[in-house]
Amino acid sequence: MTSRLMVEARGVEKSFGHVHVLKGIDLEVKPGEVACLLGPSGSGKSTFLRCINHLEKVSAGRLLVDGELVGYEERRGKLYELTDRKICSKRSEIGMVFQRFNLFPHLTALENVMIGPRTVKRSTRSDLERQAMELLDRVGLAEKAANYPSQLSGGQQQRVAIARALCMQPKLMLFDEPTSALDPELVGEVLNVMKDLAEDGMTMVVVTHEIGFAREVGDTAYFMDGGVIVESGKPMDILVKPQHPRLQDFLSKVL
Amino acid sequence: MNPANETTDPQGSVVSASPPLETVPLRHYGRWLSAAVLAVLVAMLIHTLLSHINRNGVTNDQRFQWSTVGSYLFTSSVMHGALVTIELTAAAMAVGVIFGILLATMRLSTNRQLRYVSWVYLWFFRGTPVYVQLIFWANLAWLYPTLSIGVPFGPSFVTITTNDYVTNLFLVAVVGLALNEAAYMAEIVRAGIIAVDAGQLEAAQALGMRRAQSLRRIVLPQAMRVIVPPTGNETISMLKTTSLVGAALGGGGELYRSIQNIYNLNYLVPPLLITGCLWYLTMTSVLSVGQFYIERYYGRGVDATRSSSSKFSSTLKRSFGRSPHTEVQPLERP
Repeated sequence: MTSRLMVEARGVEKSFGHVHVLKGIDLEVKPGEVACLLGPSGSGKSTFLRCINHLEKVSAGRLLVDGELVGYEERRGKLYELTDRKICSKRSEIGMVFQRFNLFPHLTALENVMIGPRTVKRSTRSDLERQAMELLDRVGLAEKAANYPSQLSGGQQQRVAIARALCMQPKLMLFDEPTSALDPELVGEVLNVMKDLAEDGMTMVVVTHEIGFAREVGDTAYFMDGGVIVESGKPMDILVKPQHPRLQDFLSKVL
Repeated sequence: MNPANETTDPQGSVVSASPPLETVPLRHYGRWLSAAVLAVLVAMLIHTLLSHINRNGVTNDQRFQWSTVGSYLFTSSVMHGALVTIELTAAAMAVGVIFGILLATMRLSTNRQLRYVSWVYLWFFRGTPVYVQLIFWANLAWLYPTLSIGVPFGPSFVTITTNDYVTNLFLVAVVGLALNEAAYMAEIVRAGIIAVDAGQLEAAQALGMRRAQSLRRIVLPQAMRVIVPPTGNETISMLKTTSLVGAALGGGGELYRSIQNIYNLNYLVPPLLITGCLWYLTMTSVLSVGQFYIERYYGRGVDATRSSSSKFSSTLKRSFGRSPHTEVQPLERP
């Protein structure tokens, strides 16, 4: 194992106008680690996640992915903003799964999985199709390859979305409340795919309300409230014996 | 209702054994009246279309002179006029759509200068009549006798004589119509793009697609669902706007000009206008059918689950035929 961190945040802050959403986030994710971000709505979890692949610009602090600054380049004591091309190339190494799936409705499940490499890496069709079918098979949806998203259930759509992100062969996967928009009975199928992925050694940052998942699969858990990390540690410790009253209160309400 | 039944058998197995009640659909007496009025009006219309009058010393002449309409409908000058109209429409729309997409993406750009340029273009070309614009382009040589490509305020490399080009009325018509159309198309395309959920662009960006790639591969194909219907409108509108070309430029050879050339000689204005309208109607009808198939293509994955219609004819049947909801099924006794 290298000592290099996959994600490193030092005092990350983010403001939208006068609204201070992130007030100094410190966090470290090692390669192969599953980090779970928990916390009430509006605590800044999703915003922080979106900062990691530069969908949001960090206002202050240092955020590094795989040892490189997100969105900037440091040269002679100055931060130079990266070009659009470089930002996109870095993003292509980070997979992201959204709360509302965001599958492309005009493409079939298979085309959804292939579109990333087709467009960004210009992969050849035959190799890619085989690889995409393997991924669909891995999430248990090989027989749905020709279906459009509107013909799939929420859980199936989210699994296609995970396959779509994986097809770019990312070194890091970000999950933004992947099960929050699902019917309760469909949550399990998505969590199982994520669990398999974690067991395969994928580095994952997961924003979730699934306390059970965080306890079972997470290596570290962070509880956020009001733009700061209130408590962090091993999920088994902080989610079973929370120290901070805010986390105790949160857990008593969601469990 | 027998209360004894309800209490002894709340599941309803006893009552369901009895025969279904006859249901009487609601009678719409007003519709019978309106149908009668409509029938009389249609009869009057057919009668007047086929009636005869005494005119200019000719007794018992066909009121609409259908024989004249028939004799000019397929003459070479009329057919050539229709062809030029199609060519003008196709060329002006093709250029207009491409420029429109360009202007719409400029308008939605993160670059403020591009947004302003696009806005000013729209402001000018939407704000002045297309008729005036056509005449303006025809008179471009008065303002600029020569046009050059070269260094601004410096030497020029290529110089053309404007008059050599503005005498080509087809070219002037295409330029005039297309530049005007681009302004309208820009707004239609912009409406389509902003109708696509913002999450789509984010998902594309998260995969590492650049802005232009996400626009072309993800956003525009979905925006087409919103863009196609008003673009069909614009194409039909353009087909008819080409009739201004003859009047504005005094030539160009499009359909209306060809018709006008004929009635200027024989003064049979109404029959020739009907001849022209039959062609315009035929062409717009073909365009409507084409629009149906384009809409179906861009609705794939979205409209597929919404309706099962797959053929133009079946949609026609559904629109004009009896809707399944009007058929009353005998109800089971509650």
